[in-house]
Formats: sequence, structure tokens, C-alpha cells
Amino acid sequence: MSVFKLFRRGSAPVARERLQILLAHERAARSQPDLLGVLREEILAVISRHVAFEPDKVQIKMDRGRSVSTLEVDIEIPNGIGLVLARAS
Amino acid sequence: MAQVLVVTSGKGGVGKTTSTAALGAALARQGDKVVVIDFDVGLRNLDLVLGAERRVVFDLINVIHGVARLPQALIRDKRLDTLFLLPASQTRDKDALTEDGVAKVIEELRNTFDWIICDSPAGIERGATLAMRHADAAVIVTNPEVSSVRDSDRIIGLLDSKTAKAERGERIDKHLLVTRYHSGRASRGEMLSIDDVLEILVTPLLGIIPESEEVLRASNIGSPVTLSNPLSAPARAYFDAARRLKGETIAMNVPVENKGIFNKLFGRKAA
Repeated sequence: MSVFKLFRRGSAPVARERLQILLAHERAARSQPDLLGVLREEILAVISRHVAFEPDKVQIKMDRGRSVSTLEVDIEIPNGIGLVLARAS
Repeated sequence: MAQVLVVTSGKGGVGKTTSTAALGAALARQGDKVVVIDFDVGLRNLDLVLGAERRVVFDLINVIHGVARLPQALIRDKRLDTLFLLPASQTRDKDALTEDGVAKVIEELRNTFDWIICDSPAGIERGATLAMRHADAAVIVTNPEVSSVRDSDRIIGLLDSKTAKAERGERIDKHLLVTRYHSGRASRGEMLSIDDVLEILVTPLLGIIPESEEVLRASNIGSPVTLSNPLSAPARAYFDAARRLKGETIAMNVPVENKGIFNKLFGRKAA
């Protein structure tokens, strides 16, 4: 960004790059709708089998980059309640 | 053979109605028989842009519901006798537009017109999907701006999947019309350039309409810009686009205003 400023370049290259990244993801998502929703449900289902937590203490963040994306799952587990071990079936 | 054209964009306010009126009038001026249909039920505006707002008696919904026959609802333009308008209704009931009804109206219009131009509402809801449903070709109106380009990409996806032609396994012809373009700002890197937009959307270019005060002046007086000032830069760009729609090959450029020496000295400052 500072390079653009230094040479008094406009903001269009930034717009172009942001669009290219965003649209690459949106086009991919069209064939696989609501990837984030599916991931959230399945991850929570797995964890809730082993740990008790409140659904609204779960934060899921997605950061999409050009070559790598990160999915951040942050689950607050209350102390004291501890781990509820699933009964072996 | 009749061509059904949808003018669409996803995003609102990018120039769908302006472009429908300007392209419709440009085609009609070349002698083709043209009908423009307003699909924006509840928020009709094509009548206003064409200066026909006081002549609306029946509308598209009336025809679909059998209240009026199609010829009764068609309004002939006062300046061009080959240009017709089928207005939208001002009812708030969006479900008034039925898929069967729209199909029948378009089928009937195919018998008498060379061009059936459907002015889509903004968004991706019912009105927008019905406007594109029976199209043979689409004009995607895009501003060189991030939200407009993103929405155009979304609309291109819908054109390739939700239209009758796409469902039959055929390809719908897509044409990109970039409006409100400012060559100077693009070359200074302040605005997405035509090359940027084309690289991102990968759709053939139909035309580049320069940003111009003539466009607002035209809608103020209720006339397509191709009729109100046919020699202005945006009008020339629309005429070129209309000829490309007819299959002609014309070099792509961004018209600039031709100002006489008097205007240069004393005229209003160009945008």
C-alpha cells in the first residue's frame, strides 16, 4: 500500500486484486454451496460428543487469501465443568 | 428472427434502465421493430426515462392476468414509430408476475418484433430471474467499481444456470456493457480499467459508455440519450453497441465529447 502512495499510484490495482481473490472463492463456492455452514455443523457435532460447551461461545472465522485460507475455530469451554467423556460405545 | 435480450446487472443504479432505453432507441432508429419491457414490478421507471409516464393505461401484469390484450398495453414511442414500451405495474404484489404468463407474452411478442429487450430489476429475486428466463442474449451492465463487478459475476453465473436456454444445454450470448467509464481516471489507476474488468469477468465487451452529464440530462427530459443528443459521447457509444448487437464489427473506443470552439471557450466545464 505504501508503495502505491509513494509513487502516487491509484487504488485500482488494490480493487483488482481484491476482486480476483474474492471471485475465485465465490465461483468455487457456487458448485459447493455453504461450505462454511457444513464445516461449522460437522466440527461442532464432533466436539459436542466429547466436550460440553455453549453454542453461542463458539466463534468461527474465515480468512481467505490468494493461495491459502485459514479457518479459525474458537470454542470457549467453561472451567469446573471439565471434560465430559463420551461413553465408549 | 426475433432476439430476446435481457439487460441485467445484479447491482442497482448502474444504468440498466438508461441502457435499455438508449439501446432500444438506437436499434429502432436503424429501422428495427423494438419493444422494451419493464420487469421492475412495483418500481417501474422505464416509462419515465422514455417520457411515456403519462400514457400508461395497461401494463405487463394486466396482460398476464387477461385484463388487457397485449396490443392494448403496448405504448408506441412518440418520436420513433418502431419503438414500443410494455410498462411494469405499480402493484406491490411481486407474485403477480407468473412464469407461464411471462412466457406467453414473450412468445406473442416474438411474432411481431425484431428485438424484445427486457429491463431487469436489480437483485437476484423473482423479477430478475423472470426477466432473464427467456433471453437469447444478455447485456450485463457494469460500472468499473468493486461491488458492481462482483454482482455482475454473480449474475453471469445465474445466466449460465437459470435461463431456459441454459437449462436446455445451450449457451446464452453474454455481452458486457461498461457504463460510467472515465478513461482519465482509469489511466491514472484511480478506477478499474476496461482490461481489469474484462480480465475478471471474462465476457465479451459490447461497449464502453463514458461518464457524461448528457445521461442525466436525457432522463431529466424523458428521452433516451440516443435521441436527446445523438452526437454526444454516450449516445455514440450506445449506437456502436447497438450495431455490435446486430453483428457488425466496429473498433472499440471510448467516445469523447466533440466540443466546438465556442463551447470550448465559454461552455460548461467537461466532467
